Amino acid sequence: MSLLKLDNVSKSFGMLKVTDSVSFEVAKGEALGIIGPNGAGKSTLFNLITGNIAPDEGAVYLDGVDMTRKPAMSRVQAGVGRSFQIPQPFTHLSVFENLLVAANFGGGHHGHAADDFCMDILDQTGLAGVADATSGSLSLLQRKRLELARAMATSPKVILLDEIAGGLTEGECVSLIQTIKSIHASGTSIIWIEHVLHALTSVVERLMVLNFGKMLMIGDPAEVMDSPQVKEIYLGIEV
Amino acid sequence: MIWLDTIVQGILLGGLYALFAAGLSLVFGIMRLVNLAHGDLIVLAAFLILTIVSALGLNPFLGALLAMPVMFGAGWLLQTYVLNRVLGDDILPPLLVTFGLSVVIQNGLLEGFSADSQKLSAGPIEAASLPLGPVTVGVMPLLTLISAILVIFALNQLFYRTRLGRAFRATSDDAVTAGLMGIRPRNVFAIATGVAMVVATIAALYLGMRANFDPTIGPARLIYAFEAVIIGGLGSLWGTLAGGIVIGVAQALGAAVNPEWQILSGHIAFILVLLVRPRGLFPRAND
Repeated sequence: MSLLKLDNVSKSFGMLKVTDSVSFEVAKGEALGIIGPNGAGKSTLFNLITGNIAPDEGAVYLDGVDMTRKPAMSRVQAGVGRSFQIPQPFTHLSVFENLLVAANFGGGHHGHAADDFCMDILDQTGLAGVADATSGSLSLLQRKRLELARAMATSPKVILLDEIAGGLTEGECVSLIQTIKSIHASGTSIIWIEHVLHALTSVVERLMVLNFGKMLMIGDPAEVMDSPQVKEIYLGIEV
Repeated sequence: MIWLDTIVQGILLGGLYALFAAGLSLVFGIMRLVNLAHGDLIVLAAFLILTIVSALGLNPFLGALLAMPVMFGAGWLLQTYVLNRVLGDDILPPLLVTFGLSVVIQNGLLEGFSADSQKLSAGPIEAASLPLGPVTVGVMPLLTLISAILVIFALNQLFYRTRLGRAFRATSDDAVTAGLMGIRPRNVFAIATGVAMVVATIAALYLGMRANFDPTIGPARLIYAFEAVIIGGLGSLWGTLAGGIVIGVAQALGAAVNPEWQILSGHIAFILVLLVRPRGLFPRAND
């Protein structure tokens, strides 16, 4: 059975259809990449999965349970973790406390077990050295890592990464990919929106292309990237 | 020596103002809600204690202990069924609703308890005093200040040492993201207002034992509370204590010069602090 399933999900903002009958499934442990031009509805798709916005039509299932009418809070607790395109740490909390909030309320971890769990994630994401720093004082890479770490602290079954490699230097990007690969290796499903294609394709097993809210293609990353339609729409190359 | 005595009395009085302000500061810090009914809710709590005390023949301290869970529940219900509905990007609806609530509480209390002045009687302790170095201080004012310090300390512990406190601070930072971390912001707000009402009950206890109260004195308590919060710096609890003390000392000094100047000098101190430090004495780093 698939871990996450979207069934004919549609969403309009006024006259603009930002998500148009999108259906796909993500298996347990699978990594799916999502690409598409700006405004294709990628982040909206994430908002529909996390419950920040409700779809006009269609349904979202997690582990076979219909989550369509469940609030964001319940979905986190059921296993949907998310990192934001623009890092949104709790700036008055320390890095460690940011994770602890996520682990306490989203991951259901308590007491010292929660502390240890968060320290492990900080080690894994290379943030152990700044655990007590105020998250408002971090560099961009550290903020991106914190986004990832905090999403991991909610003990997700599927983690949604929104342009996490954007704005990083090549070296920073490489080390971030290593971390994401290790999350993937631990059996967590990943859905990753990214413009940095080589980062994306080094991790994901399948690639989806969104354009004007519609799912254009989904399949093997190499085949998808080779498709003339994708080259034309996404890369702007005349075919 | 008279000046030292005056300043000490002012500091002790500041404890009462800090108690008025702590609940207001807490609620504003977490949900950016200015509760214009805060003073009236303190007076409501004082009448609740009075009712419990006269019905059961208890000491006011015990009466307040019984009133606390009731006021927590009242705060929780108020937030869940009224204030949560008006919280949003627009700050006007919560102001209007709490202003209306202030009117409703005042008139409700007038209807139920009449306009007569009331007082909580604590017995001989009211007149007791202690020699403290060169000055003599009343036991009640001292107890008020100690309670204020303990309340602020306890709230700080709650904020910075507990799971609930982290949820308070995370929600205060960004309620939407807090929701994505599994926190239910509306629930957090309801608990916060409940806690604020428990603090308001403690304030009500000392208000009622210190002097007479009647249903109409709430708005003036709100003003003192406001001034204390703003002098201290929005969102800083220890700052609120400092703000209360600034007003208390200013009032005591004003009263020492001329009793008519007591209230006015508190307000003047507030304006002076605003002129020199518009963000208060201990503003939060980035807001």
